[in-house]
Parts: sequence; C-alpha cells; structure tokens
Amino acid sequence: MSKMLAGLTVLLIAGFCQAADLSVADLMQMLGQKKSGTATFVEKKYIAVLKQPLESSGELAFTAPDRLEKRTLKPKAESVVLEGNKLMLERSDGRKMTVALSDRPEVAAFVESIRATLSGDRGALERFYTVGLNGSTEQWQMSLTPIQPRMLKVISQIRIAGKQAQVRTIEFLQADGDRSEMVITNTSSK
Amino acid sequence: MKPRHHKLALLVWLAVMLASVLVIAQTRFVADLSAFMPKVPSARQQMLIDQLRDGAIARIVLVGIEGGDEAERGRLSRLLVSRLAHSPRFTSVQNGDSKTQQRDQQYFFNNRYLLSPAVTPARFSAAGLHAAIQDTLDAMSGGAGLVVKKILPRDPTGETLQILDQFIGESQPRTSDDIWVSRDGKRAVLLLQLAESGLNTDAQAAALEDVRQTFASLPERHADTRLVMSGTSVMSVLSRNTIQSEVERLATVGTALVVALLLLVYRSLPLLLLGLIPVVSGALVGIASVSLGFGHVHGLTLGFGTTLIGEAVDYSIYLFIQRAGGNEPGHFWRTIRLGVLTSITGFAALMFSSFPGLSQLGLYSISGLVTAVLVTRYILPGLMPARLNLRDLSGPGLVLQKGLDFLTRMRWVMAAALLAAVAVLVFHQQDIWNRQLNALSSISKEQNKLDAELRGDLGGNDMRYVASFSAPDQESALRLAERTRRVLQDLARQRVIGGFHTPDELLPSQASQWARQAALPAATEAKQRLEQALSGMPLQADQLQGFLADVEHGRTQPLLTRQSLQGSAASVLLDSMLIKRPNGYLVLMPLRPSGEGPKADEIALDKVRSALERQQLSQVTVIDLLEETTAIFDSYTHEALVFSSLGCLAILVLLGFTCGWLQAVRVIIPLGCAVLCVVAIFDACGIQLTILHLVGLLLVVAIGSNYALFFANKQQLGSEAEQRQVEVSLVVANLATVTSFGLLGTSSVPVLSFIGSTVAIGALLALVFSAMMARIHPRT
Repeated sequence: MSKMLAGLTVLLIAGFCQAADLSVADLMQMLGQKKSGTATFVEKKYIAVLKQPLESSGELAFTAPDRLEKRTLKPKAESVVLEGNKLMLERSDGRKMTVALSDRPEVAAFVESIRATLSGDRGALERFYTVGLNGSTEQWQMSLTPIQPRMLKVISQIRIAGKQAQVRTIEFLQADGDRSEMVITNTSSK
Repeated sequence: MKPRHHKLALLVWLAVMLASVLVIAQTRFVADLSAFMPKVPSARQQMLIDQLRDGAIARIVLVGIEGGDEAERGRLSRLLVSRLAHSPRFTSVQNGDSKTQQRDQQYFFNNRYLLSPAVTPARFSAAGLHAAIQDTLDAMSGGAGLVVKKILPRDPTGETLQILDQFIGESQPRTSDDIWVSRDGKRAVLLLQLAESGLNTDAQAAALEDVRQTFASLPERHADTRLVMSGTSVMSVLSRNTIQSEVERLATVGTALVVALLLLVYRSLPLLLLGLIPVVSGALVGIASVSLGFGHVHGLTLGFGTTLIGEAVDYSIYLFIQRAGGNEPGHFWRTIRLGVLTSITGFAALMFSSFPGLSQLGLYSISGLVTAVLVTRYILPGLMPARLNLRDLSGPGLVLQKGLDFLTRMRWVMAAALLAAVAVLVFHQQDIWNRQLNALSSISKEQNKLDAELRGDLGGNDMRYVASFSAPDQESALRLAERTRRVLQDLARQRVIGGFHTPDELLPSQASQWARQAALPAATEAKQRLEQALSGMPLQADQLQGFLADVEHGRTQPLLTRQSLQGSAASVLLDSMLIKRPNGYLVLMPLRPSGEGPKADEIALDKVRSALERQQLSQVTVIDLLEETTAIFDSYTHEALVFSSLGCLAILVLLGFTCGWLQAVRVIIPLGCAVLCVVAIFDACGIQLTILHLVGLLLVVAIGSNYALFFANKQQLGSEAEQRQVEVSLVVANLATVTSFGLLGTSSVPVLSFIGSTVAIGALLALVFSAMMARIHPRT
C-alpha cells in the first residue's frame, strides 16, 4: 500500500512538474504560432555615468517570419527595420544605413535575440546563445547567454520574460554592468 | 640597271640597313595597352583617364587568399601582411585586422576637434554644449546606444559621430575573426597599395611578383591554398605579358608559315632568301622610323610586323614568278607602283588616327612597304641570277586559270553574296558597333569576373561618378573641397546622391583646422561653460574630465598634415582623392548613387551640376566615367569611320586618275563587295565591330586593290602564258597575306585578332570577287 502510495506520489509530482515547467520546445512552438503583431514599448537604459536612466519609447511591429520594425518616437525619431538578412537604420534627418547581417555576426546575434524569440525560431537562437528557461506558460523567463566571445565582451546576458505567446520585457545586461530594460505592451496580434 | 648604278643602290641599301639597326638598338619597346587607348580630346578627360590608369587608384591591388579552411586563410593573411608591411614596394598593406582599424579609429578620435566639421564657436558656448550633449544622450537611447556610450566620457558633444557620419552608408568589407573576408566567406581579402606608379610597369610587375613569392614561401602553407590578385596594375602587367608572348609567337609562326609557303612555290633556298630580303629590310626600316617618329615602339606594332611580311613578300613573289616567265617588267612595275600607292594611301589614313598605336602602325607599314618595294625594284634584280631556276608553274597555272575562269563565269555569286550581305545587315537588328572600351582589352573574362568579385568583397564602388577639380596647391585644393562638401552634403540629404567622399574629411585645410582650434575655449573657460551646460542633465562635470583634457589638447595640438595619416587605411583613400601633379593638385571625389528609385544606380548629374553652380563652384566638374569613356569611344569610332572613308576615297581618286574611271569602278566594286560581306559575316556571327575592325576594312581595300589592279591590267602584261604567271603570283601573294593576317586573327590580344580576322577574310573575298569582276572576260 505504502509502496503504491509512493508510486502514485512520484507520478503526481512528475505530472505536476510537467504542467508547471515549460520546455524550450513548447515555448518556441507557442511563440511560432503568432503571425504578426504590433506593440508599444518603453525602454530604460541604466548607465553608470548617468544619474538617471535614459528613457525612450515608440512602437514595435512584427510580421512573421522575419520582419521586425522598431520605431522610436521619443526622444528622437529613429527607425530600425530588420527584414531577412538586412538591417536598415533610418534617422530623423532622413539618412539611411543598411547592414547585411551576414557581414556583421555580432549585430546578427544582437538582433536575432529578439527576432528569433518572436518568431519562435529555436535554431536561430541556439546558434548565438545558450538558452535557459524557467517559469510556466503563464509566466516564463528565458535567459540567453551569448556563445561568441566577442559578443560576450559586450552583452553578458539577455533576459526575456512573457506570458504565453506575449513577450513582456526584454532586458539586456551589459558586460560593464550597465543594463537596459524594455517593457512591451501589446496593441494587436494575430 | 647598269652595274655601276646597282653598286650604288647596294651601298645606299647597306647604309640604310646599318642606320636602321643602330636606331633599333637604342629603341625603347613598350607593351602596355595604353597605345590602343585613345588620346582623349580634352585635358580634363585625359587627366582622369591618366589617373585611372597610372594614378593612386591604379596603384591599388586587390588580393584574395582562397582554398584551405578559414583558420588557415586567416593565418596566411596575417603572415602575408607582416611580411609585406615593411617592404618599400608597398605604401599600404591591409587585411582589416584590428591593428590597422585601431590606427584609423585613433586618428579620427584623437584629432576629432580638428576633423569634425561641426566644431564652431557656437557649439562650444554653454548653450551649444548643452544642445550637443543632449543630442549625444538622445543618440545613446537609440539603436546605436552601445557605441555612443563608449565615447560619452571623452566626447560628450559627439564629434566622433559627426566624423563617422561622413562614412555612413559606405559598404564595408565583411570581417570574420578580425580580418577581411569575401562576401561568401570563402576567401580572405587584402588591400595593397603599390609604391610605384602605373607608368613603371616593370616595377609594378616586380612588386606583384614579390607578393606571389612571399605568399608561396609562407611557412607551413597548405598546398591547396592559392593567391588571386586584381586591380589596374595586375591587369596591365597581365596584358603586357600576353602581348609580349603573343608578339613572339606571331613573329615566329608567321615567319615559319610564309617561309613554308615560299619554299613550296619556289623550291629553292637561294630564291627564298632573296625573297626575304625586301621583307627584312622593310621591317628594319619600319621599326627604325617608328622609333624616330614616336620615341618608342609598341609591341603591338611589332605584332603587326607579321602582316608586313605578308604584304612585302608579295612584291618579290610577283617579281620572281613573272621574271621566271621571262616577261619584260615595264608594265609590271607600273602595276606594282600603283598597288603600293593604294596601300600607302590606306595606311596613311591610319597615321592621322588619334590612337597612338594605329598611327605607329601606319608609319611602320608605309615606311616598311616603301622600303620593301624599293629593295625589290633596285636591289633584288641585281642579286638575282640571270636565269631564275624557278620550278615550272605552268601546270598549276593552267589549273588556276581554269579555276579563275570558272569564278568569272560565276559572277552572279558576287551579286548573290552582296544581296545576302545587305539582307543580313538590314534584317539583323543589332548595333553593329561595340561601344565598350574594354572590348579592346586583352583581359580574360575570368580575370574581369575575379576583379568584380574582389571589388565587391572590399566594398569598393566602381568609381563611376566623380566630381573633380584642380588647384594650384594642397591648401587651396582642400579649401575648395570643403566648399564642395557642403553642397554634396545637401545633395545627399535630398537623396540626389547616396554618398560621397571629399579629401577634407580626412585632412581638413589648415584654415579650417585653425578656425576649429580657435573655436575651442581655453581650459578654465571650457570648465565653466561645461558646468553651465550640464545643469538639469543627468551628467556631472567631474565625469567629463577626459573631455576637458581632450579639448585643451585639440586647442593646442599641432595642425594635421598629410604625414599625420601615415600607415592608416585613410591615407590610401586620401591618396586617391588628393593627387599631386607636376603643377598643382588634382582632386577626385567619388559620388555614390542613392540606390533608390527606378534608376537606383544612376545619379542625376544635372542636379549636381546646378547645385554646384548655385554655390559658385562651377570649376568643379562632375562626370559619369562610364558615359565619358563610351562617348570618347564613340567619337573615335566616328573618327575612324571618317578617316577610313577618306582613305577609301583617296584610293578611288588615285585609281581614277591613273587608270581611268571605268577601270577604277571595276576595281572598286569587288572591293566594296568584299567589305560589305565581311561586315555582314561579323554581324551574322554576332560579333560587334570595333574601331580596329574598321581599320581592318581599310586594309582590305588597300591590299585588295592590288589584286584587282593586277587582274584588271593583266592584258597589258603580255601573252596568255605571262598572264597565267601573273595570276599564279597573285594567288600566292594572296595566300601569304591571308596566312599572316589569319594568324593575327588567332591571337588572344583583341587588338591583333580584330584586325587580323577582318583582313584575312576580306583579302580572300577581295581576290575572289576581283577575279569575278575585274578580270577581263575569259576568251574561250
């Protein structure tokens, strides 16, 4: 009887744990179902030499599988469009700059942390990062630790948290101790 | 001729030969392709073409290391740089490693207060500093935040960003593991700058060989790794080598072929040697006169020497074969004289060409031919045995006559060929002219492809649009460049152009540097203003001590000179933009297309021009090099058309005056048909004509007229048997010509092969058509 009970307990615990702990595969599958969405963001940069954080805000738009646009409105208009292999920067004075990700591996690593997460592309994430995950479907935190030594010199870790298929916050921890935190509020998604 | 006269002639001949040999011994032979690039009409165009050919741009060598794995290529790239860096043959050796990059970054960062166009007194007032620092903080909150953050403590006003701004949009080589690699990652790429200018091909060749040998001897190099190189210098060394080996091959094979042909006909060694005397004499005098007339002789002119063999040997062929027939050479010499005159008329047209190579060719041919015919006329008869022991050619002669008679009856074939040719030219709708300058280049497609790839890998644009001006000295050149930059900057904002470079970005004029220094406040003043500026900002003055120190340094540092850039990548760029010339400076500023809209890779130059004019900068000329070179080429094709037509007209007039208009028309018609048919054949084969094909056509008329003349005048030459001799000699002479030009046609040097193939086909057709048309109707 006690043996049976013990067996049942193990089963229960195992079952419970399965329900509570989200696997990377499950999360990616969940994120990958989303086709597109727009959101607003507020980003705060905490920098050692500055007494108070720098704040910027704007809009984000994602279209599966690989288009991501970050349009900063304050304090200065700027837009960054990531599409396929191309990263386009446009500043308020109209000047544009295009970078091919394949030419700039460190830039690729940087932008892939967000895009691959949004599109649920586990392969792309794991190409650049060691992926850690805890929490549940309702509240998960993913940690990305760069694999490339060059990247690691700049970014020590990226932490992304969310609820179900919604990414809520993205936090960049810089190697020098500075960090930035982006809070995302969804406005629409499909 | 009387023996005494003959002795005199012999003496004169020997003296001329000796003089020629002496001249040739002192002659400088060149083998680059420049002689077949047109001399452009305007000084400005000439200056630009010179720059692209010999200037700083032409000193750049693009190098790729292929094969092996990435780590091995990287190791070799580093080793190669360390081996070559200290060689005096190179002024710059780069592979994108952080060492060189840091040198450039340091130049821009350390000298930012002299380099940044934004440094003005207003910017360094308290309010100006406040605004500039706020801008930098705003930039920090944006996408480039990580970069900006690093410079903030020492450069809070963001002068480095102002300088970097000038390079935005530039495509950069791809970097992997700290060195440049190709776009596909399969090649490590390097950039060298040769110390020697393009004028010294030998020194450039030696430097390139140095690179190859250094690479080959790198320790523990994997066998499957290899070195590829491109760039103007590589191309010119390559084409020089091709030309040299081609000229040798053509001369050897050409001589062998003609000798074989003559042996076949003469079956006599003494006659063969005699027959070669006019040829050798002609060649010697030809080379000597070109040397005297031009100061040097181009290798390609020698290449054409083989064709002179073909032409000059004709005269001795005519002489021997007809002398063997025993006929009185009075009429014979008259016909020869006329033939030589028409040839000379044709070649004389070449002498007026703007292509130095073609005018050399003209002089060479005229002097060579005149010598050959004079030697044949006055030297050979005296040297010839009284009775020529020539093999009996009456057998082949009879067969030949039957063949020619047949051709004459087949006259309708010529009409049919003419109709077909016209039909091809009318219905085959393609541009018969090739407008590309590189159609004449002897560079292979593979090499061109490699060149394009390496340029792409190194992020270089192909220098199509250039704004340029000249100035008496460096300072005024830089000042004018600064004024131009402001206009170009506006144009870039309006997206008329995508980007640009000006030399003052790298080295501002002394005046601007001085003005910027004067705009910087002295130490105590600067500290006060900064404290004022920072009020209400999340930043404290004591965190910006580095900034104050740097401003003070900028205010008092010695002004930048060209030497300040030594060893940086920027110095290579500056060299290509700010060019010292014997009397002043030439500034070349590359413009990049915006890459937007329907004509993404084109620039509306009229907008650029009018913008410059509005700022009183009309001395700055903006050009599209592609259009310019095409236009130059077009104008030379046009010129060639004119001089070829004039040459043909002159030949017609000459014939008309000497043998009557009717006769002249009978001579001209087959020649015209031959020319049309050659053009139609090329057109049908999809070969576009170049200026050299046109020259070839002129030669077809010049050489072909000889055949037509002989056919037309043959009746005056005596009996039927003698006429047969004439015909045999004509066919043998034609074979010699077709052989020697046909050989040129096989050359891998386009300049040679274009003329060669045109003349070979044309001369053959001219003989056949002449036989059909100009020949007196067969009496059967």
